Amino acid sequence: MAAMMPLLSTKGLSCAFGGLRAVDGVDFALPCGEIRAIIGPNGAGKTTFVNLVCGRIPASSGKVFFEGRDISRLPAHQRVRAGIAYTFQITSIFPGLTVLDNVAPAAQRPSARQVAASGSSRERALHALEEVGLGQYAHQQAGHLSYGHQRLLEVAMGLALRPRLLILDEPTQGLSDGEIENFIALVREIGRKATVLLIEHNMDVVMALSDRITVMERGRVLAEGNPEEIRADQAVQRAYLGA
Amino acid sequence: MTRAGARNLLLHGAVLVLLFALNFVLPEYHRGILSRVMVLAVFAMGYNLAFGYTGLLSLGHAMFFAAGLYGAGLTIYHLGWSVWPAFGAGLLAGGVVAAAIGFLALRTTGVAFMIVTLMFAQVFYLGTLYFTTYTRGEEGLILPQASRKLELPGAELILTDPAVRYMTALTLFAAVLVGIFLLVRSSFGRALVAIRENEERMRMLGYDVFANKLLAMIVSGVICAAAGAAYAVLFGYVGSGFAAIQYSILPLLWVLLGGAATTLGPLIGTLFMFYVIDIASGLTRAHLLVVGIALILVVLYFPKGIAGTIRERWLRWLQ
Ligand SMILES: Nc1ncnc2c1ncn2[C@@H]1O[C@H](COP(=O)(O)OP(=O)(O)OP(=O)(O)O)[C@@H](O)[C@H]1O
Ligand SMILES: [Mg+2]
Repeated sequence: MAAMMPLLSTKGLSCAFGGLRAVDGVDFALPCGEIRAIIGPNGAGKTTFVNLVCGRIPASSGKVFFEGRDISRLPAHQRVRAGIAYTFQITSIFPGLTVLDNVAPAAQRPSARQVAASGSSRERALHALEEVGLGQYAHQQAGHLSYGHQRLLEVAMGLALRPRLLILDEPTQGLSDGEIENFIALVREIGRKATVLLIEHNMDVVMALSDRITVMERGRVLAEGNPEEIRADQAVQRAYLGA
Repeated sequence: MTRAGARNLLLHGAVLVLLFALNFVLPEYHRGILSRVMVLAVFAMGYNLAFGYTGLLSLGHAMFFAAGLYGAGLTIYHLGWSVWPAFGAGLLAGGVVAAAIGFLALRTTGVAFMIVTLMFAQVFYLGTLYFTTYTRGEEGLILPQASRKLELPGAELILTDPAVRYMTALTLFAAVLVGIFLLVRSSFGRALVAIRENEERMRMLGYDVFANKLLAMIVSGVICAAAGAAYAVLFGYVGSGFAAIQYSILPLLWVLLGGAATTLGPLIGTLFMFYVIDIASGLTRAHLLVVGIALILVVLYFPKGIAGTIRERWLRWLQ
């Protein structure tokens, strides 16, 4: 039955800010190996939902399961150690440190899952930087990188954790068209090794990458399906695609 | 080791050799000052670990210094302990106080953390006054000369002797400098700096931020307590003044002056302040005014402190 078990699932996951139900009873399942996109209008609760998944904010009610284990009560850092990596919607790096030192903490943290990983932590950090194409900037100060490169640096931090699930929150926001092209190729590559949960507004990126799409609106799941189904869905078009 | 690492090793080694050599050339007065400066620089190094590296702006570190001071001083004075176990009692007192205060205060950040540490230190200070039967409060205790002897295998060091005192202070200073040198290069030290830079990021990289900060506080507290305990046995005086707010502010000033998050900054800052005060008080009775002006000038023109500015402008490799 292990093959049937989703990597990540949630049951009735909810989060209220005051009276606002930002996430409202979400049941969600993500099979291993998939690239899943979450789309939805601004304020739909996408960021809040993944924050609940990775434990950055506490849920009002509901449960989160990862690899079949109930992780609802685990603090965020332990969820990361369990294999969930999160990149912030608002770029969050160590601007005063070098690019390499930004990735080093992710690469050096000893965890059960990394025992098998090869090379020194420095090599792993460099490798993660090369994967996203930042190898040549390793010794520059991270705060001096261009915005697009800082977003890539975030992804490199996520990769250096060698996660089972990589959550990307609007990674292409503010990138140029050329950068977006490269980014699509990068996520495809990542998708070979990890399950990817991608929050994205750019529909070209969503259609190019995702195996399946979950649409959120006002804290709820409005629809779910493969890209063709979502494109054809009337409710989605009304709520989101603006047609 | 990298080239930067080798240069740092060389520089720190040279500083220790220089301090060693100074014992033989300095006039008595200045050797006395430098003994005191080295012990207080250990205090500053401990503070630097919390403030400079981890970004914990504590206004209560006097209590860790004083915990070491009293831990050693009271056991010698009242229980007749010899220097080694008394020193150990000082370290233990510092570690316990730091663990307890850290556990409570680290639930807060920023201004709240400053206020909470300040309040706890004030409680500690008032405690030293309250138990005046044992501490003699502000007046303090003078440790008997006969008790200030350090037993070593096959030797006994008389800590009241100026040369022995200097060398003992230097030994402690060297041990802590080497310890800090290694610590800040370790993965723990790097994690502390990263936590200072972006705590939420570190949490989402799988680090237990609270546990790392708590450990930093405890190590910092134990180092400060080592300075306090050494101060008690080397200079023979234990008084409440060392637990007062002034001794929480001083290490902050020394570290700011010398350069936060630099390994040699605390020594430079402490030395600089001592001599500015020394020279100023020889010139005018308003010597604190001169100190204040000196501080303002340094902060204006060397905002990263002396070693921090040297690193920024000239020696990028400086640790
Ligand atoms: N910390 C918070 N306190 C109060 N309200 C919040 C908080 N975080 C989010 N919200 C509200 O919850 C709702 C969902 O926000 P969320 O950031 O999850 O949306 P989103 O789908 O990620 O939107 P976007 O596409 O703009 O990133 C919004 O109405 C937002 O204003
Ligand atoms: Mg969002």
